[in-house]
Amino acid sequence: MARRYDSRTTIFSPEGRLYQIEYAMEAISHAGTVLGVLAKDGVVLAAEKRVTGKLLDLSSAKEGGGYGGSGEKMFLLNSNVIGGVAGITSDANSLVNYARTVAQQHLLQYNDDIPVELLAQRLCDMKQGYTQFGGLRPFGVSLLYAGYDPHYHFQLYHSDPSGNYSGWKATCIGANNGTAQSLLKQEYKDDLGVEEAIGLVLRVMSKTMDSTTLGSEKLEFAVLTYDEAAKAPKAKIYKPAEIDALLRAEGLAKKDEDTEMK
Amino acid sequence: METSFALTGKGYVIVAADTTAIRSIVKMQIDQDKIKELSPHLLMAYSGEPGDTVQFAEYVERNIRLYQIRNLYPLRPAAAASWIRRSIAETLRTRNAYSVNLLLGGYDTSSHTPNLYWIDYMGTVVEVPFAAHGYGSYFALSLLDRYHDPEASLEEGLATLKRCIDEVSKRLVVDPGKYKVKVVDKDGIREVEI
Repeated sequence: MARRYDSRTTIFSPEGRLYQIEYAMEAISHAGTVLGVLAKDGVVLAAEKRVTGKLLDLSSAKEGGGYGGSGEKMFLLNSNVIGGVAGITSDANSLVNYARTVAQQHLLQYNDDIPVELLAQRLCDMKQGYTQFGGLRPFGVSLLYAGYDPHYHFQLYHSDPSGNYSGWKATCIGANNGTAQSLLKQEYKDDLGVEEAIGLVLRVMSKTMDSTTLGSEKLEFAVLTYDEAAKAPKAKIYKPAEIDALLRAEGLAKKDEDTEMK
Repeated sequence: METSFALTGKGYVIVAADTTAIRSIVKMQIDQDKIKELSPHLLMAYSGEPGDTVQFAEYVERNIRLYQIRNLYPLRPAAAASWIRRSIAETLRTRNAYSVNLLLGGYDTSSHTPNLYWIDYMGTVVEVPFAAHGYGSYFALSLLDRYHDPEASLEEGLATLKRCIDEVSKRLVVDPGKYKVKVVDKDGIREVEI
């Protein structure tokens, strides 16, 4: 019955639903988890990578002088905003590119970093357009925006294919987001420091990820803080070696004795 | 030629402009307000080519207000100055260039500091502790060099402003007469009698 109303995005079903958007969200629920937690002095993002394997060439991520990340889940959108994506990777790349352009246009006009909520809004305005006109399918991507601006300091936003967004203290998108969300609800406290937030994120990730133990091949990690000396936000997307070091420090790294055979 | 002054102090910016509208040898109006209120914490005094001045000032006022209504935040003084600079610079080498000089004074509610920008018709923008436009600037700037104190109270700031106004009255061949003086601080904008 629903089949008759889902071939075009620009029409409602008789029950008042937009099927294409719901199908887009369904696609995202199969993608790698992205988790975000807001602390009083920073924002932490972690994501599960799905594109892994021995033959994958990650040399640019490991040693590269770029902004960090393997280019699958975490992206620097502007010097004050990091984006975590879940869904169809090519759609995500397109949105990330758009977000970066929007941020730079704002910088050109106003010589000022774009406020985080404004960036989320611009992306959402575009995503909404794809649900109402043009006859094109919606973007199959949900994003988490972790950012800082002088107006409202640290913020975490989530936007989905419908073009709706909201601000969160802690949230999760992608596979197993229900489990992660309830874990976060139990364990999140207001007034968390960034260090505690990192611990919380890693613990929740280890419980919701498909693989048994955490490691840098399957995990992407980013933190946004404020550098008091430089008086500017500091966005850091961790390199694989740094992720492994962090996991060892939190006591969540793969234990070597598990792989040893007698 | 129209005179305007502005100076910063402890948590405030004072912006003053003369109130005469002159065409050749005639004073057409003696109570014109040449200081636009762009947002609750942003003042802009304008001077220059008649017609261009009000046209550009209103264009800036409407756009800054639109930004504030459309987006969730008012533009901070530094961002507003950049936007204004870009508007002037982009039209500079076209037929629609605006010949307008501005003094942009504002209170940044995020960093809690007063900011003052001197902007000229070519799109020069500099952040300054005090500034002036017009023939009056030749008399005022040296007085401000000597007497300006960035940590002065409002009363002291107004006293310094009065020195500049009196000197212009004494020495400039066309005495501007009355000035409109506005102050912007953390509580917003208000007019003061000098």
